[in-house]
Amino acid sequence: MSNAFIAFQKCEETRCIVEAITDDNPNAVVNDQPAMVKVDVPGRLVIKRATVEEKMGRPFDLQELQLYLITISGHLDETDDEFTLRWNS
Amino acid sequence: MQIDLRTVTIKPLRQTFGHLARRMGADKPASRYMEATMDLMPVENFHYRPTWEPQHEIFDATRTRIKMKDWYALKDPRQYYYGAWVQARGRMQETAEGDFDLVDELGLAAAYPAEGRQAAFAVFLPLRHVAWAANINDSFIAAYGYGIAITQAACYACMDQLGVAQYVTRLGMAFGDLDALTAAKDAWLHAPEWQELRRFLEDLMVEKDWFELLVAQDFVLNGLLFPLVYGRFNEKLNASYGPVFSMLTRFQREWHAETVKWIDSVLKAAAADNPSNQAQLGAWVEHWRARALKAIAPVASLAFAEQTGVVLQEIVDQLNARAAKVGIAS
Amino acid sequence: MDMKVAKKLGLKERYTLLTRDLAWETTYQPMDKVFPQTTYEGIKIHDWNKWEDPFRLTMDAYWKYQSEKERKLYAILDAFNQNNGHLSVTDARYVNVLKLFLGSTPPLELMAALGFSMVGRQMVGAGPRVACLMQSVDEYRHFQTQIHSISNYNKYYSGLSEFAHQQSRMWYLSDGKSFFDDAITAGPFEFMVAIGFAFEYVLTNILFVPFISGAAYNGDMAAMTVGFSAQSDEARHMTLGLECIKFMLEQDPANLPIIQRWIDKWTWRGTRKLASVGMMMDYMLPKRVMSFKEAWEIYFEQNGTALFNDLARYGIKVPKCFAQTVAEKEHVTHQSWIGFYMKPNAMSFHTWIPGKEELDWLSEKYPNTFDKYYRPTLEYWDKMEKAGKRFNNLTQPMNCQCCLNTVKYNEPDDPMSTCFRESVYQGEKFHFCSDHCKEIFDFEPEKYIQAFISSNQALQGNCVPEGVDASAPEFNPAEHMVDYWRLDPAVQGDFNGSQDQKNFAAWRDQATKN
Repeated sequence: MSNAFIAFQKCEETRCIVEAITDDNPNAVVNDQPAMVKVDVPGRLVIKRATVEEKMGRPFDLQELQLYLITISGHLDETDDEFTLRWNS
Repeated sequence: MQIDLRTVTIKPLRQTFGHLARRMGADKPASRYMEATMDLMPVENFHYRPTWEPQHEIFDATRTRIKMKDWYALKDPRQYYYGAWVQARGRMQETAEGDFDLVDELGLAAAYPAEGRQAAFAVFLPLRHVAWAANINDSFIAAYGYGIAITQAACYACMDQLGVAQYVTRLGMAFGDLDALTAAKDAWLHAPEWQELRRFLEDLMVEKDWFELLVAQDFVLNGLLFPLVYGRFNEKLNASYGPVFSMLTRFQREWHAETVKWIDSVLKAAAADNPSNQAQLGAWVEHWRARALKAIAPVASLAFAEQTGVVLQEIVDQLNARAAKVGIAS
Repeated sequence: MDMKVAKKLGLKERYTLLTRDLAWETTYQPMDKVFPQTTYEGIKIHDWNKWEDPFRLTMDAYWKYQSEKERKLYAILDAFNQNNGHLSVTDARYVNVLKLFLGSTPPLELMAALGFSMVGRQMVGAGPRVACLMQSVDEYRHFQTQIHSISNYNKYYSGLSEFAHQQSRMWYLSDGKSFFDDAITAGPFEFMVAIGFAFEYVLTNILFVPFISGAAYNGDMAAMTVGFSAQSDEARHMTLGLECIKFMLEQDPANLPIIQRWIDKWTWRGTRKLASVGMMMDYMLPKRVMSFKEAWEIYFEQNGTALFNDLARYGIKVPKCFAQTVAEKEHVTHQSWIGFYMKPNAMSFHTWIPGKEELDWLSEKYPNTFDKYYRPTLEYWDKMEKAGKRFNNLTQPMNCQCCLNTVKYNEPDDPMSTCFRESVYQGEKFHFCSDHCKEIFDFEPEKYIQAFISSNQALQGNCVPEGVDASAPEFNPAEHMVDYWRLDPAVQGDFNGSQDQKNFAAWRDQATKN
């Protein structure tokens, strides 16, 4: 199965986002590099707004991901509550 | 090479890029706007001709009748490179968001008289489609214009008009009235008051001379429509019903005031370059002003009823004054 | 947006109201006159409303997030400039990466900005139009922030100053210029596949992720900041490219063979374009992040495989060139560096022979090829340089008519033979570096015969500085190339002994010692 992935700049906010991803995606693999963090998940990766808000301790609009995003892999679906990347194969 | 040992100052070998030093006549620091704009469009050694327009090169000054000794004389007095533009808009967005939030929080929309809302919606809401047309037309200038000074500014104007279209749409949303947006689209497509304006804009969508399009859309139409609606009509609504719509259309007013500086500067530089430009610009202003007046007269009637003639005359006088100031007689 | 009504609408419905609901079918002018370019490529679109907007970004959100990114970015650039940040890079050879980058990349980002303005204007559907225009303005952001981040280096190092003048004249920038000229002169759908899909989706990570990490590894905070910041826009661009492919494939089965041919063509053209990026990774970064081979494996082979497995349901096959790119990944960077090394006086950046530890790193990363085919050449040249006979090849290279690279790649099955191909068209012979380039030419010869090949044009007298008469009897093109390029003498020659090397050492010394 192909991996969906997402990569962020490293900062306080993305530390929380990555924690949220590992909470909600049991097969997530986190890859730490200088200034960048990448998370791979086989097949489907989901970021849930509620989980991120819990980690950050403040309201969070999923569109704010744009500030930190470096790259993605997979078909994207975005709603008010979930940001999902998936490969269909 | 001088080295100041005490302050760890190292002396630069040069102050700026070669093409900018030649342009300025001296090697001195250049602004971020200059670094981002001047002399950057490729001018030579193109590899292929466009399959979509083989009679021209990819970038081709002959796509317009206007001629310039230096296309970068059309520079933007606001000095908008991307960073400057987006930060300016970010500040405007924050203010606009504050206005929409306040109206919502204080229930000002619900408290606004129904009669006033209907009068306002009848004029404002179809303008979301006018702004969409402006987005299409400015994107043509961004695509086929000559020199980065023009293409960049037109690209920002094009995205700004999309923003205007979205802020107008949010007027309907702010009042919880999505049906009004549907009705406005229907009026845009079918109601007699809007057809001349729609025809005007669709005719601009097939105009091939990008500079003519700039004059018709950004100087003439915007120059009449914005003061008419976001200026005078708002004043009328304020007096009769209260300032809610003025608050919620603040972006449009501020945007237009700022954009006038750009468009006037561009026309002034083009008119000053040679008499042929000056004559051509004058002819375009004359032609498109007549058409624009015919197009907006019915919309003005919706807004001003028996005052229409007086208001339109004032708006036209203002536009003519601007034209005269930039050296275009029409 | 905090409207109570608006919140009842989902993100998708709100976005529809704020974008595609603004559009209408024109009646006073026919739609095919307003949008005249949408049928000539043979692509059939039946229902533009089937377009799915992936990132649903309205202008207010765009301005909010982009202005925040920009504020941070320029604050970092200002701090970097104020603090002589350029002296923090690992070593002065790194600045040559910036010289090649400045020459090649901002001009192509500008072409992308202009190309997406064109395609944005020509797209009938509101959804793709908005996405294309947003990408256009993003590309203005990229080209300008790149120039701004490198501007300070221009004050202290040589080879950056004439990037604007050289963009259409310098021979080794032709591969990139022809790549984007090819895309922008094609129709809007081909442009979307070429740039939106092949470049921005399939290949983008090769260019940016290792390169930006390279900036981070080598102490260049300015480039790293600009690079990472730009990447967040790239995520939106990637989704546009992918959506465009899906949309076209779902609209009509007749689109499949056209799109497949474009995917094959542009994956190959992009691969050839990226050879010099690979060379930067393997040879020019003093502190290396990973090898080009490794980057190709992660970002092209694995990620590409995931993508093409997904697209198989439409009948799309893996690009024809896939296997060849995998075989070549162990060769192209070495061939490229060798090609550049031998022209020390004709480039706006320095080259050099890597030090022993660096050669050992290359041997380790390229166990199948480096020691056998390339290290001996580099070590031989090292000896020559130390003996005062630094190698300088004065002959003109042969260029591929299609990709404009010098013809220097090996036969797919034989690393000891250069790969040459040719076609005859209307009585004239044209040369190629590979089967794939020949095939691209053979399909559209009328287009590719137009290419401006620097070495040929120079010999024909078409590369003359202002004021020189090419028809004069004593005219010798070779004498005028340096002036034609406005090539700074300070950037000619090997890195060893260069003005950059001396200055950097003196300045850094002076900043750290008493």
